[in-house]
Amino acid sequence: MDKLKIKTEKLNAWFYDKQVLFDIDMNVYENKVTAIIGPSGCGKSTFIRNFNRMHETVPGAKADGKIILDGKDIFNKKYDAVDLRRDVGMVFQKPTPFPTMTVYDNVAAGIKLYSRNSHSKLDEIVERSLRQAALWDEVRDVLNQPGMSLSGGQQQRLCIARALAIQPKVILLDEPCSALDPISTAKIEELIHELKKDYTIVMVTHNMQQAARVADYTAFFLLGEMVEFDITTKIFTNPSDKRTEDYITGRFG
Amino acid sequence: MENNTQIQSKVRRIKEQIFLIAVFLCAVIAVIPLFSVIGYVFVKGIGAIDFNFFTQLPAPVGETGGGMGNAVVGTFILVVLSCLLGLPIGIFGGIWLAQFGGGKRGFMIRYAADVLSSIPSIVIGIFAYVLIVTTMKRFSAIAGGFALGIIMIPTVTRTTEEMIKMIPRSLYEAGLALGIPEWRVTLSIVFRTAWNGVFTGIMLSVSRIMGETAPLLFTAFNSMYWNFSIDQPMSSMTVQIYNYAISPFAEWHAKAWAGSLTLVALVLGITLLVRKFSKRVRYG
Repeated sequence: MDKLKIKTEKLNAWFYDKQVLFDIDMNVYENKVTAIIGPSGCGKSTFIRNFNRMHETVPGAKADGKIILDGKDIFNKKYDAVDLRRDVGMVFQKPTPFPTMTVYDNVAAGIKLYSRNSHSKLDEIVERSLRQAALWDEVRDVLNQPGMSLSGGQQQRLCIARALAIQPKVILLDEPCSALDPISTAKIEELIHELKKDYTIVMVTHNMQQAARVADYTAFFLLGEMVEFDITTKIFTNPSDKRTEDYITGRFG
Repeated sequence: MENNTQIQSKVRRIKEQIFLIAVFLCAVIAVIPLFSVIGYVFVKGIGAIDFNFFTQLPAPVGETGGGMGNAVVGTFILVVLSCLLGLPIGIFGGIWLAQFGGGKRGFMIRYAADVLSSIPSIVIGIFAYVLIVTTMKRFSAIAGGFALGIIMIPTVTRTTEEMIKMIPRSLYEAGLALGIPEWRVTLSIVFRTAWNGVFTGIMLSVSRIMGETAPLLFTAFNSMYWNFSIDQPMSSMTVQIYNYAISPFAEWHAKAWAGSLTLVALVLGITLLVRKFSKRVRYG
């Protein structure tokens, strides 16, 4: 039986008066990849942006319900958002290397800008993170070049390395391949396979084949509700809800 | 019929030509003052500029030679003083407006900054006079720097705000998502990325206050001697030019032209350098 990592209970979310998520109960299991699929605007990004409380940084955004990470409710006032984000890393849709920083500094940013302590093991951490992100061999000679000088696919792996450097427990991937070409996409999917040995991964994708390829569990969202959640093979071969079937067979969305 | 349309199209083309010529002439007329000022100042001023002009004190009436070295230094000291006041307030104010100034308070502060930037500089000079000169009971570089610093605040605030707003929110979110505290994300990632643009704004603002005369007349006043203490009256190029220009002596008039040329060269130099180095950065 897989070990529970995150559990959401009656999670609701709003932008101003518009409710975008309705009573979501979902489980995320440790060292597994959980994919969230659904048509644009179904609330899947908003959903995972609650896992590291990025949702609440947007003006007019609010949420209620519970998200239990390792037994603790992350909406609890005592759980500082900065601490939470050290535990739950995130990679966004568009690669976002920091433009003023080198490749090295981009990876080190989460450590250097977090505390003043001397970082004796920084070189080690940067190399380890870049290796984990399958980027080390490509950038080992250009560590002092600007992060922006890399290709789009490399930039995205740089962002993954940057997220890994702070050693989170969970990694959120918000459509990480939607701005990339098929070869870069394949590399990142391979990478996700590797990373789940050490991390718990939640990813949003609107590419169903991608979910089928990389995810152990898949949730289908529609209009802010979770229609179905199950083992990926079950969702794609024998969904229990008619709407899921319609979506994955391409009848809408 | 055919003849008629031909005439019409000919008339239309002539109108078009007249319009183009008129617009072009206006554009030419618009730049004539710039080039004639620069040209005239150059011709009149270049003769009186030599090495001594930048190193010596003003000579008394009747004596030849002398320069306005003290005024050149004074202007730089005044600029440094005004930056000490204007930059921290302007930059932090701009950061606040960009990051947190969405609401009513932001609107009011933004509005106040815009009003402040349209207040005539002599009025700000009077303000500095009342606040500092009458308190200290003497003219001083501090008072002059204070007046110039206040003039800097609104321009620096608004450029900082505009430049930060050009940085995409995704960069701010990427920083937060790494568990970096918000103030650190704002300074080390967002502001750092906007810095090139902010620097351009600062330099343009500096070149503007370098040319201010009115707010210095009764704050920094003037001095005929070397002075490096900021609680004493201090000479500046603009006020020195003014004093020389209204004097009845031909010698001094020549010095006023030379001072003008130096000032124009400095301001023009800063503006051109800034334009050259402030190439747009792509933010990805």
